[in-house]
This record gives sequence, structure tokens and C-alpha cells, in this order.
Amino acid sequence: MNGKYFIIPFLAGMAYLFLILIVRGIRWISGLSKIDKLRLFQSLKSGRTLKSLKEAFVEGLLHRKIFLKNPVLGYMHMSLAFGWFLLIVMGHVEAMVAEGSLSVPFYMPIFFRYFKTTEDFPLARFFSFMMDLLLLFVLSGVGLAMLKRFKKSLFGMKRTTRLKLFDRIALTSLWLIFPLRLLAESIAAAISHNGSFLTSGIGKILSSSQHIELLNTPAWLAYSLVLGFFFIALPNSRYMHIPAEILFIFLRNSGIRLKKQNTTYTDVQVFSCSRCGICLDNCQLSTAGIRDTQSVYLLKNIRNKDLDDEHLFNCLLCGKCQIDCPVGIETIDLRITQRIESTRQYNSSYEYLEINSSPSAKVVYFAGCMTHLTPGIITAMQKIFETAGENYWFFDQEKAPCCGRPLMLAGQYEAASKLIENNSRQILASGAQTLVVSCPICYKVFKEDYHLFNMEVLMHFEYIRRLIDREILQVARSPQRLLYHDPCELGRGMGMYKEPREVLAMTGTLVSIRNEKEKAYCCGGSLGNLKIKQEERDMIRNQAVNDYLEHSPDMLVTSCPMCKKTFARNTRIPVLDISEIITRNMLSPGIPGLTESKECILEEEYI
Amino acid sequence: MKDLDFLTSTPSRQIDYEKFDTRLLDSVLENETSFLTCMSCGGCTATCSAGNLTNFNVRKIGLMLRRGEIDQLSVEIEKCMFCGKCTLVCPRDINIRNVVLLIKKGIALLKTENILS
Repeated sequence: MNGKYFIIPFLAGMAYLFLILIVRGIRWISGLSKIDKLRLFQSLKSGRTLKSLKEAFVEGLLHRKIFLKNPVLGYMHMSLAFGWFLLIVMGHVEAMVAEGSLSVPFYMPIFFRYFKTTEDFPLARFFSFMMDLLLLFVLSGVGLAMLKRFKKSLFGMKRTTRLKLFDRIALTSLWLIFPLRLLAESIAAAISHNGSFLTSGIGKILSSSQHIELLNTPAWLAYSLVLGFFFIALPNSRYMHIPAEILFIFLRNSGIRLKKQNTTYTDVQVFSCSRCGICLDNCQLSTAGIRDTQSVYLLKNIRNKDLDDEHLFNCLLCGKCQIDCPVGIETIDLRITQRIESTRQYNSSYEYLEINSSPSAKVVYFAGCMTHLTPGIITAMQKIFETAGENYWFFDQEKAPCCGRPLMLAGQYEAASKLIENNSRQILASGAQTLVVSCPICYKVFKEDYHLFNMEVLMHFEYIRRLIDREILQVARSPQRLLYHDPCELGRGMGMYKEPREVLAMTGTLVSIRNEKEKAYCCGGSLGNLKIKQEERDMIRNQAVNDYLEHSPDMLVTSCPMCKKTFARNTRIPVLDISEIITRNMLSPGIPGLTESKECILEEEYI
Repeated sequence: MKDLDFLTSTPSRQIDYEKFDTRLLDSVLENETSFLTCMSCGGCTATCSAGNLTNFNVRKIGLMLRRGEIDQLSVEIEKCMFCGKCTLVCPRDINIRNVVLLIKKGIALLKTENILS
């Protein structure tokens, strides 16, 4: 076997790849905090390993999430990943059977038809058929991948990411691996007059040429070379996502999360991004012509260490990309963490904050800055509290600090903590059991970052729901068709889709649309984006409004003052907050029937 | 004569255009041109949550920025709570939140370069 040297490129590539993977794996795991290492260790001992393995199989090989998005795109990914995986597994079984031993050299199955020219082992025809079938399966994926490069729309994608040098090398090698394997196996089949339906057919065509034997080693060498190229390009290309994603699944399932600062968990997520570009399609920034700040580019910028503020802060933080990401990368947390790192130097200390005495009350109402810009909501809330005869304290009626969430969205976590501390003290001093907020931006920070002990935090519609359930408030149904707009912070941010709809359903008919709940639009007003121009915000808002108008609702309802204010700038559709809808449909005790007509609602307060 | 006390009791606020420090202003304008359209109406100041708690004044921030009074600005800008109300009420649609972020960033940069005490 003097021609055996052709496997050297493959072996060299493999050795390089494994070296890099081992170095990176050790660096990533050792870079985790002590507690995270413990988490990983604990989870490996528990049943979560099975869960992770299952997830790695279902997502990493079968690509379930991509299938759900688009079956053709899913098939393309599955045929490449799962097909190749099966080729390797089946190849090993075949080699083991042929050699009659469990230990065969690991390169043997890869170049099996070169080394084994006879079919004198059990089930040889079956293996031969299966290997051809699997190769065809993978080749169909390669064909689709090539087609996708030229015609994305067939795969339900509008855009795809731009490639850099190593990506191109890796991509070209990957595309060539399987056609070259087919060629090499066909030549081998032609020489030894065997092979199954695919290789024997092509082999017969090839055997018509003379000196086919001379082409055998060069063909296998070419196959070995592209394998080597692919392995060498892999660590510096987007295909690094293949090994990184497996580690990512294990880390995520062991409960490791990003905690306001970069750790190697950031790197694992960054390298897990396959740059498939699925996050680009639903990103509303594209509507406004912003095409270089989306999550895939953020991850790329972090990986290339060339992230600047203009890109980092130009994101609505609406969370759509996180829902869409087939790998499950925490795009929002990742971006906020980068903002925290970027603004660490200039956190304010707010020394002017002072603790004022708090009156005692049963319920504290925190309207928040945004609600103060939509006084209609405050009036509605006050009316509700008064009708319910609630002993409440309007914390920020005159003056109070911001909740801290806008600072967090801007990455100034330490500064936000000062406001949180001050607010917590005052709210707790009231001795209240319940905190009611009318703004999802505040709600998220109160729920996630405040330590209010036994005090419960309620969105205003949850509080209203309780009043209705206890028959303290009574609302009448009107024939109005209401379309509910899910605020990002409440929907994708806190997972509250059902609760506001249940309350709204008591007052009117809900219009259901395709782009709602997890797929809901961002209104464009987001405090998460610090760079976007007003005209661009308008475009994003109009995208949502245009879709809403197609369902001709009588009223657009939301539960976020920011969304309300943003939509109110577009006068084509009347918009109200849930609390306002409730007060308008509220039955005063003893006086049955609706008190206000639709016209009344329309003329009121659009700021 | 008492009416003329201000001539001696307060330091001069005269601006020397030769020594005018435009570094910060330039860096802000480079990334946020909308600031050029500010007409100092004061809507931002009226709505400001931080201004409600202290003497923080967004309009004056703009003034200090234009005058290059970086020392004073670096103290005042600390008070902003980033709530974003100013940006929402601005009749000229100026992205004030970004202006504040750029000022903070610019000052931090000047500080690390030891130009500012």
C-alpha cells in the first residue's frame, strides 16, 4: 500500500482541529466562574446530561427548530449534519464488520473503499447500498445549499449573512467533500467492479475511459485534501458553531446564565452562532434600512473584536431574534452585557437621591416615567383605585426616581442599582403588600432586579383582574373589536400574553392576528435603542400599524405607555391602554349599562 | 453700586473663542447630528424626572456642551437617569438620550487621557 500517503492531509487537518478544540474547550470551561463550574459538574452527574444529549441530537443533527421555520431549509441542514453523522457511524460499523474487529484505525472507514476492494464480508451488499443511499442524502443537502446561495427565497429567507475568507474556504471545502467522495468511490467501484446503485452506475461510465487505475489515488487524495482544508478552516470559520453548540447546550442546560459581565460563556455563545441569518428576517430594523447591527453581526463583531457603540446601541432589544434563533443564543442578555462592559467607566452615583418618609398604605402605585407622559393612564388608574376604595399610595405622583430599567437597557447596571436601592427602601417603608405598576418597562425591573421580600408586583391589568374577580369592579362588554399589541418587555420579555387578553376579552371582542404574542411587532419606541432616528422609529411603527389596519379593529389596545405614545403619533388608528378601556367600560355601582359611546373614546387624549 | 456687585463677585462667564474647547461638542455632533437642530425650548427640562428631584437641567447641558464647559458638564451629566422622557417630548425629535450617552462617553475618554481632572 504505497499510496497510503494520500491520507496525510486528512490526518493533519484532523490533528490540528482536535488540538484547537481541546485548547478552546479547556479555556472556555476553566474561564467559567467557580459556581458555574460547580453547576456544570452537578448537571453532568444528574439526569440533565441525557436531556442535553437529546437536545444536541435533536437540534444539532436533526435541526428541529429550523424545520419548524421552513421545511426545505430544515431538510438542507438535516441532510448535511445528520446525513454526515450517519455516514460516519455506518462507515465505522461497516469497517468493523469487514475487519471482524472492534478496533479499526479511525481513518479506515473514511477511505474504506480504497482499502477494501472486495465484498467478501457479511452484509457487504447491504452496507454498500446504505452508504450510497446516505451519500445521496448528503449530496441532496449540498445541492440545496448551493441552490440557496443563489436563490434564498426558495428557503423562506430574505437575507443571508456575508462571508469572510475562512468561511469561504470552509464552505467550498464542505461543498466539495461529498462530490469528491462520490468520485473516488465510483472510481474504486469501477476498478473492482462492485459498488451499489450510485457508485457502480457512475463507475460504469468512468470505466469506459482507459487507465482508470491511475486516477484512483489522485481522486482519494483530492477527497483527503478537501477534508483537511475543511478541518483547518473550521476553527476560524462559522463552522466552529458545530462543536461550540454542543458545549453551549450542556452549559445552558446546567443553568449557567450571563450575569451582567462577560465570561467565557459569552465566547461559547459567540462561537455557537452559525451565522445562518434567520435572525435577520424578522428584525424590524431592516424595515428602517438598518442592516448591520442585527444579532448575527453583533456576535460576529464580538468574535472579531471590532464592536463599536454605534452598532452595539442600535438595537430595539425587542427580543424577536432570540425567539427565532435556532441555536437558542441569548441575544438580548448578550447585547446588554456588552453594553454593561462598554459603559462600565461612566456609571453615575446619584448622590442627590434622598429617602423621604413613606405613608403607610396597602397598595403602592408606581406609574413610572413613561406613564407620566400619558396622563390618560394615570387618570384611569386613579379612577380604578378610587372606585375600588383602595388604600393606595401613589409613589411617584409628585416626584420619584426612575425605576432603573432604562439605565439597564443602556448598560449602566451599577447606576441602576442606586435607583433600585433608593426606590426599594421607600416602597418597603410603606408596609404595603402589593406594588401595582402600569408600565411593562418598570414591571420587568421590579420583578427581576428589585428585592421586595414578600411584596407582590402586579401589572395594572392583573390588579384590575383581581378587582373584577372579587366583584369590586364591574365591567360591561361592548361590541368593539379590540386588537391587542403585545409590548416587547411584557410579551417576549416576561412571557405575559394570556393575562392582558383575558382582561380585554371582558370588555370587547379580541381580534387575533398572525403577528401576535411571540411574533408581535415592536412599536419602534423602544428605550433599548439609543441610536435610532425618529424617522426610522416611524417606519418601524408604521410597519406594525399597516398590518393592524388590515384587520380593521375599532381600537388598538396595549398595556405599555411607551407603545401607546408611539402609536398615538400615527393618527390612523385610535390607541388606548387597558386601564383606559376598563374605566370606559366600568359600571358605576348601581348604574347599569355603558356610560360612554365610542365617539367619546375616540376624541379623548391622543398624545 | 450694589447692583453692579456681579461684576466682581462672580467669575467672568465671558467666552474666549480662541480657547474654545469643542472636542466634546465635535464628538457628539459626529455621531448625533440631530443635536444641531436644538432650539433650547426647554421641553426636555420641563419633563425631566431627574430635574424634578434636583437642579439638573437638560437644556443647560446643551448650553454647556456648546460652550465647551466640560468641567461643569462632567458634574451635571452625572445626574441624568436615562429615562428617555426628554427624547419623547422633544419637538425637534433630537435623540437626547444618545447625546447624553455620547457626552458621558466623551468625558470618560477625556478623563482616561488625563486631560480632564
